[in-house]
Amino acid sequence: MTATALIYDGTFEGLLCAAFEVYAFKLQGVKLHAGNCYSSAFFEDVISVITDEKRASRVLKGLRERLSPMGIQRLYTAHLAGIAGEDHNLLGYIRHVFDSAVNIEEDYGNKYVVRVSELVRMMRREKHRMEAFVRFQQLGDGTYYAAVEPDFNVLPLLIRHFKSRYADQKWIIYDIKRKYGLYYDLHDTQFIEMDFADANMPGNVIAAFSEEEGIYQQLWKCYFHSVNIASRKNTRLHVRHIPKRYWKHLTEKI
Amino acid sequence: MLLLYAIFLNNLRINPFILKLMLIILVFLTDMNEERITEKLNILADAAKYDVSCASSGSKRKNENKGLGNASNGICHSYTEDGRCVSLLKILLTNHCIFDCAYCVSRKNNDIKRAAFTVQEVVDLTINFYRRNYIEGLFLSSGIFKDADYTMERLVRVAKKLRTEHNFNGYIHLKSIPGASDEIMNEAGLYADRLSVNLELPTEAGLKLLAPDKNQQDMIKPMGYLKNAIIKHTEEKKLFKKAPHFAPAGQSTQMIIGATPEDDNEVLHSANYFYKQFKLKRVYYSGYVPVLADKLLPALGTAVPMVRENRLYQADWLMRFYGFQVNEIVNNAQPHLDLDIDPKLAWAIRNMQAFPVDINKADLQIILRVPGIGVQSAQKITSGRKFGKLNWEHLKKMGVSLNRAKYFITCDSNQFERRDLTGENIKQFILATSQSKYLKHAQNQLNLF
Repeated sequence: MTATALIYDGTFEGLLCAAFEVYAFKLQGVKLHAGNCYSSAFFEDVISVITDEKRASRVLKGLRERLSPMGIQRLYTAHLAGIAGEDHNLLGYIRHVFDSAVNIEEDYGNKYVVRVSELVRMMRREKHRMEAFVRFQQLGDGTYYAAVEPDFNVLPLLIRHFKSRYADQKWIIYDIKRKYGLYYDLHDTQFIEMDFADANMPGNVIAAFSEEEGIYQQLWKCYFHSVNIASRKNTRLHVRHIPKRYWKHLTEKI
Repeated sequence: MLLLYAIFLNNLRINPFILKLMLIILVFLTDMNEERITEKLNILADAAKYDVSCASSGSKRKNENKGLGNASNGICHSYTEDGRCVSLLKILLTNHCIFDCAYCVSRKNNDIKRAAFTVQEVVDLTINFYRRNYIEGLFLSSGIFKDADYTMERLVRVAKKLRTEHNFNGYIHLKSIPGASDEIMNEAGLYADRLSVNLELPTEAGLKLLAPDKNQQDMIKPMGYLKNAIIKHTEEKKLFKKAPHFAPAGQSTQMIIGATPEDDNEVLHSANYFYKQFKLKRVYYSGYVPVLADKLLPALGTAVPMVRENRLYQADWLMRFYGFQVNEIVNNAQPHLDLDIDPKLAWAIRNMQAFPVDINKADLQIILRVPGIGVQSAQKITSGRKFGKLNWEHLKKMGVSLNRAKYFITCDSNQFERRDLTGENIKQFILATSQSKYLKHAQNQLNLF
């Protein structure tokens, strides 16, 4: 039996097509990898998965018959995380879905189900953190801007929350790590990319903020210090709730 | 100021020099204003921080007509250095107070700086903090000035302005001022998501001792009114979808722990009574932080009873989510919670006849009672076992804390605990393998010296 390495383009459709390939060619001992930087071992077959919409939608249809809408959403979320080396587990999950006669969403004895559940939890947590840790700064034109660096790619999951909450203000949430952002223009949200080449000069950045911005940042810092009870100091708990990597974008911790 | 004004009047023909002066004054005044607001915020946030409630969940207020904000599941936007969540802008409208409660920083006889916000100032702070995603909403409390209704009316005015003039749909928590009239409480319920009145002390005797101006009847009165109004509005809401919200996140209260000698039995029975009688959403337990010297109180510098507070919350959770009766946790024979181990483990050790539990067969209610298994893992167990029998490895992956659970369960594996251990043995084994986070914390502090 030869091992087969499947290479796909990293998209969700691509993942579904990889599953298609496994069943169409009855592949054995498959390892799935995303992207083109994979260097193959000497004795294995390498197949590049071609992302094809028809195949993807056939697999999706099959998944819909065997999973609840929530189950598909969870699989999509786990994939969105984009964590290196997890592609194989996602494929394993899809195979487990198709190989079982019943809905396996709650089969917590299965390692793929457990892993997907963990990935979803990691994503949810990061999404929740972003809902908490986004700090908008008001720009001169009234738009509220926030820069974030989430551990995983959670921006698409944030749209609904921020759109329904800040319906009457324009806002931008920009993922510095992944170099794209969300922009809400009072009607719709869209994905944007920005060129920071000359915007990053310190002078330009400060001039871009509204007059009130500095005052409210100052007031927020004051508030943050006033509500602390010194005799209950518990740094470990503090850091557990707000890990240090998030501090640089938190107004009150700068 | 006056002098400059006079100069200005004498020079009706405005020359550039005067104009420049005017500009300087203007900038100076805005700075003054900023400084004044900062000072007020410092004083009135500092005075409000001993109110521990920070919940911003439980309300389903939606963003209507493209307004600002919504209230949903609750988000902690930051955490203070003592590890508590910062979810709401928690401030007093004023710390002027006509009462003299011994445990309170803002008591009448305490010599501190006093301040008061205007309604507009609170509204501006709330809106601007909210727009920057600093907070989920406002928690407004107040010292009592003049009388109960007068104070309550001011609090309601802030909420009303936020809701009606600013189309603000974020979370609003208002304090119910003891003794406030039904009419004003009714209005409060229409604008606020949550209302709370602090019982302050677990028993009436404690209250008489430390807060002679307050009486429990005055506190219970608005609570009782709100309970009935909430029930009435919830039923209306079922019939007419458009019926107005009325305190959709319900009521809560707070008790100070360790300022008076009540034991855990009294504290938890009191909490249980208020959960049952007044349908409270939460009871908060606030370990007393000595802020004042008073012969009736623990001395300044006395440690905050943080472990006890933690055990009380654990017991509270057992009553609300794990199906425990208050009598099973504390009773006259067991008036105190064990500080070394959590109350669920303590209960299990007292009731060894209920174990071991077979994970693959027992009801959810029974599994919930096993130490080391939380609500989520219990649910995962009952759904996961439909696909096949579960063993240690499965349980571990589901998040069960096996170092405690292993003494109380059997599963699809031979390696379960066979020794005939007494409750006391188990407690020793568990204590030997785990260390309290509070103890570790204490040791870290000692290392500094």
